[in-house]
Amino acid sequence: MADQPTSGGGLQPSKPPPWNDPAVRSIVFQVLALVVLGWFFWTILNNTLANMERRGISTGFAFLDRAAGFGILMSLIPYDESNSYGRTFVVGLLNTVLVAFLGIILATVLGFVLGVARLSNNWVIAKLATVYVEVVRNIPLLLQIFFWYIAVLQALPGIRQSITVGDAFYLNNRGFFFPKPIFGDGFGLVWIALIVAVAAIVCLRKWARQRLDRTGQQFPVFYASIGLIVGLPLLAFLAVGAPLSFEFAELQRFRLAGGASVIPELMALLWALTMYTAAFIAEIVRAGILAVSHGQTEASRALGLKNSQTLQLVVIPQAMRVIIPPLTSQYLNLTKNSSLATAIGYPDLVAVFMGTTLNQTGQAVEIVAMTMAVYLTISLLISLVMNIYNRRMALVER
Amino acid sequence: MTTAWQPSPSLPPPASTVGAVGWARSNLFSTWLSSVFTVVLSLVTVYFLWQILDWGIFSADLAGKDQSACDGDGACWVFVKDRFNFFIYGFYPDAEQWRVNVMFFLLAALIFPQFFENAPYKKALGWIFLTVYPVVSGVLLLGGAFGLEFVDTDKWGGLMLTLVLSYVGIVAALPIGILLALGRRSEMPVIRTICVAFIELWRGVPLISVLFMASVMLPLFLPEGTNFNKLLRALIGITMFQSAYMAEVVRGGLQAIPRGQYEAAAALGLGYWRSMWLVILPQALKLVIPGIVNTFIALFKDTTLVLIIGLFEVLGGVQSAIIDPAWQNVAAEGFFFAAFVYWIFCFGMSRYSQALERKLDTGHHR
Repeated sequence: MADQPTSGGGLQPSKPPPWNDPAVRSIVFQVLALVVLGWFFWTILNNTLANMERRGISTGFAFLDRAAGFGILMSLIPYDESNSYGRTFVVGLLNTVLVAFLGIILATVLGFVLGVARLSNNWVIAKLATVYVEVVRNIPLLLQIFFWYIAVLQALPGIRQSITVGDAFYLNNRGFFFPKPIFGDGFGLVWIALIVAVAAIVCLRKWARQRLDRTGQQFPVFYASIGLIVGLPLLAFLAVGAPLSFEFAELQRFRLAGGASVIPELMALLWALTMYTAAFIAEIVRAGILAVSHGQTEASRALGLKNSQTLQLVVIPQAMRVIIPPLTSQYLNLTKNSSLATAIGYPDLVAVFMGTTLNQTGQAVEIVAMTMAVYLTISLLISLVMNIYNRRMALVER
Repeated sequence: MTTAWQPSPSLPPPASTVGAVGWARSNLFSTWLSSVFTVVLSLVTVYFLWQILDWGIFSADLAGKDQSACDGDGACWVFVKDRFNFFIYGFYPDAEQWRVNVMFFLLAALIFPQFFENAPYKKALGWIFLTVYPVVSGVLLLGGAFGLEFVDTDKWGGLMLTLVLSYVGIVAALPIGILLALGRRSEMPVIRTICVAFIELWRGVPLISVLFMASVMLPLFLPEGTNFNKLLRALIGITMFQSAYMAEVVRGGLQAIPRGQYEAAAALGLGYWRSMWLVILPQALKLVIPGIVNTFIALFKDTTLVLIIGLFEVLGGVQSAIIDPAWQNVAAEGFFFAAFVYWIFCFGMSRYSQALERKLDTGHHR
């Protein structure tokens, strides 16, 4: 027994030669990857600088201060041709945000309606929703945008033959015209009342929840909320003397003067984006509702909850956990897809900045980088919020 | 004296709960609200269906050669018939179009067996589809060898271009995507960071900006004198974009493989690449075939975007044909045709992927 080694290298694995040592290998690979990547960027940078010098393009962001000299079809902020290229960026960005924001709201509403309709007991409703989803999501979005823009909106009658409702709303191939609300003095109070109402609803919900936990008594939160959000602003509106008037669009010789209007490009883009994304959202909603096991519904019935309560307190919270992550990625898709505006000339970020501004200045690298940075920031922000939400919603298991 | 109790035979269910009447009562007229919906929606559907059928079939014009054949009442399918060749082949020379047809035929012949469970040589055909087929088709379409006349890519167009773009996009993106997915799960921080950055960069931006980038920035990146044609630039852009999405799909498959498989491969003494190639990837890729088909559908629809940088696939062809002054008011007909072509492909593929999902989805439910 004594001659058996109790320590020393006998039972230890011998150290492998460095070219077989995983740790050494890993470091070599990583250094190699960094070198290759560095060389790659270095070459690109050199080539780009050489190419730009040859073409006489100066680098840098100085071009943003120069006057743009081109008009933009639609702008949410004051803009004219003497403004700078930097301002075209802002105009485009705001137009993108506008269409994405409206599109997300409309697509969510339509998508939830369709998703629930697909699960309807009524055979006709369920089949119609299925046909809608299967048709719309299998046709390219760009084709749908073209269809609405070229085959539908541009085929509308001209201004003189506008389709009109009571001489207040006009629809023609120049867009949709409607009365423009003019807010008089003191209308600010109505906005303040609206904010107060929202704050009151939040507090009310919290209080009702606490009371429910404490005493078991329910409070009709829903009706009270509607009362608050409609009643408070209405009271404020009447209190300051109803300072609201409308400016109607007026049919003149060749144009409609005054009023407010939506350009057909925006209508076509918004409509196509909404319909397309809604088809995907419908599938997500349907899958989310189906993911809640039937036992949950039965259990809540057994507890004596009403149908509406079952839906509100048991099914929807659990379905939302499944629905929200893919829903967010659909919102991201919608935002990115809004860049298809370029094809029909709606002045979004890509059309204005990556299109016209790039063509005029030739600053390809800066402009492409700025545009991509905008979209990247939006997606990373949304992913970040999503991850936080996911962490909060994830099932807490024993 | 006792008699055994004889149960009387069960009565048939009430007539109103079985058969067509029962079905209608529970699916169409279960409540009064449901009945209202059924009636109103049916009437609206029938009306619109009638309008569309009337426009597209009953009042449509099919005979003739030019605008004068269309009386303007229904659809003017003469336009689609007249331009059909253009929608399928683009500007590909008439005399050489058999080459495109051979490519279509080979594609169909290689894909067809994949839809059947017990088709012979399924695996071999699959490999040919991914490796030999692109080379053969490339030579066929481009020409310039084996006595075939050279046809430049600026003559390519229509459905043929759509298929080339989506096929190359997916086949080139698959290996890159697999490498990126492996890199993202690597234990080396530098490799992982590079892969994550690459994937998130391409996934975060719209395809249009990628195509713009490929068409305006790529020439700047290359040394002076080298120049790509438009198609190749678009293909590079699409491949980069698609490989990021592919990487995420493959990553899903890698994550679904239990840890024991990795450990078992290591215990057998397999190195990283061999354990991936022999143990992990065969299982992971099989799991993600439906996901790959779904990305392919998305790519197939996204190929329409190349019309913005001036390539004319099906939609681009239609778009340029309807602004031709030789034809008036044919936008709806053109778009219907294009929509039909895309829909057939996408719907077919999505059905295939759903069937696959059902087939592969075995034994995972408790």
